[in-house]
Amino acid sequence: MRIDDVPQDNGLNEGVKELTYAVDEQGRYVRVTSLGWEPKTTTNDQAWEVIDGEIAEAITLYHAGKRSPLAFHMASNLMNVALLASYMNLPRWRVRRHLKPKVFENLKSDLINRYAQVFNISADELQQVPPDSGV
Amino acid sequence: MSNPTIEIPFVHRQSAHCETGVMSNLLTHHGLEISEALVFGIGAGLFFGYLPFIRLNHLPLITYRAATGRIMTRTAKELGVRMVWQKFRSPRQGMDQLDRQLGVHIPMGCRTGAYWLTYFPKRYRFHFNMHNLVVYGRRNGDYLISDPVFPEPVTIPAANLMKARFAKGPLPPKGRMYRIDRISRDADLPQAITRGIRQACRTMLKSPGPFLGIKGMRYLASQIEKWPAKLGEHRASHYVGQVIRMQEEIGTGGGGFRFIYAAFLQESATILGNPRLEEATQRMTAIGDRWRDFALMGSRICKHRASENETYPAMAAIIRDCAAREEQLYRDLLEMIA
Repeated sequence: MRIDDVPQDNGLNEGVKELTYAVDEQGRYVRVTSLGWEPKTTTNDQAWEVIDGEIAEAITLYHAGKRSPLAFHMASNLMNVALLASYMNLPRWRVRRHLKPKVFENLKSDLINRYAQVFNISADELQQVPPDSGV
Repeated sequence: MSNPTIEIPFVHRQSAHCETGVMSNLLTHHGLEISEALVFGIGAGLFFGYLPFIRLNHLPLITYRAATGRIMTRTAKELGVRMVWQKFRSPRQGMDQLDRQLGVHIPMGCRTGAYWLTYFPKRYRFHFNMHNLVVYGRRNGDYLISDPVFPEPVTIPAANLMKARFAKGPLPPKGRMYRIDRISRDADLPQAITRGIRQACRTMLKSPGPFLGIKGMRYLASQIEKWPAKLGEHRASHYVGQVIRMQEEIGTGGGGFRFIYAAFLQESATILGNPRLEEATQRMTAIGDRWRDFALMGSRICKHRASENETYPAMAAIIRDCAAREEQLYRDLLEMIA
């Protein structure tokens, strides 16, 4: 990659410059900053589309009365049951139960606080789920 | 208990990759000026693996570098640098020990998960547990961080650093912390470089099984051709996206570390007084460019903007081209340093 070819496609990096290695006209390697490269933004977008889809699904299921708020917070923190269970030091079957609205409603405050702490939010915020955008 | 400000005079030098950047900056701090590229080469970081049986978010794992931590440990060994590593069961203990080391002005390298690093741009924050950074101080409730992939030092609240050091998920860091203890002998740079090149070439040429090294590249190429039929267009494009992300997103300096390696070969040409390595540099640069060609074509397929010639077989052909060129280059490199 030549210095002139180092991409400066702003997108994914949000203006943060990363470092790449490129050659000058004499063929000597130089360290050059880059604002980003379009293929990186495209593929990163693709990964986030999947995640955003999972978050949207959790929101829809919550408003349909089929999932507890926990499902939304789990998805929006990019976690699955296995990872969340690991953070909570709980077996997976228990975390799965907590995804049920009725079970979650009756959770002891100690567990609620621990979940909230995993997500870096308050116990109140743990109860909140955004409105269903219906996409 | 007092919470004094500590700021160790640590020189932050931005790098392309976290592990090599941390090592280069720590070595420099301790009086041994070794560039990131040299660390990458001496540590034999160059690699390739296509591991479809290991999944990240249901997508196959592709790696362009050696196993995490190995670049540092190999570099330390080859340069006569003694490093001390620690890991912790208790986050509290891990943070207390960090504070103790900072208190005696020792900058500490830490392995962390990326998700809890609040200074990362949002779209880079995934549950990826193989990040490295240096902690060089604390001020009020924050720690001072030299994260080599960022342009300048950053700060992070103590609670978030603790979460990052003790993140869960695949390959959890368990609070792993390391420092350079002493540099025990004069580094024999030519020997370290030669051994590093030999190690990388052998690994790429001779790793057993179909998934690693040159064979791994060829295996990936043959799989890519099958993806549309096997997975359907939608899922196939996600697999392609995954390959591109592993090649370009995680701080590889471009071309799946091939450009960094070319820079290493160029430095080595001077240090070893071996002009043939300059030819190797140019060939490796061209190879890096080919990997970039693959990424460009792949991203257009992901966006459904592919032209007639931008197809899965065409992508596979580029990877086969990379495999053939790399194979010949590693064979020639072994001769060049013999």
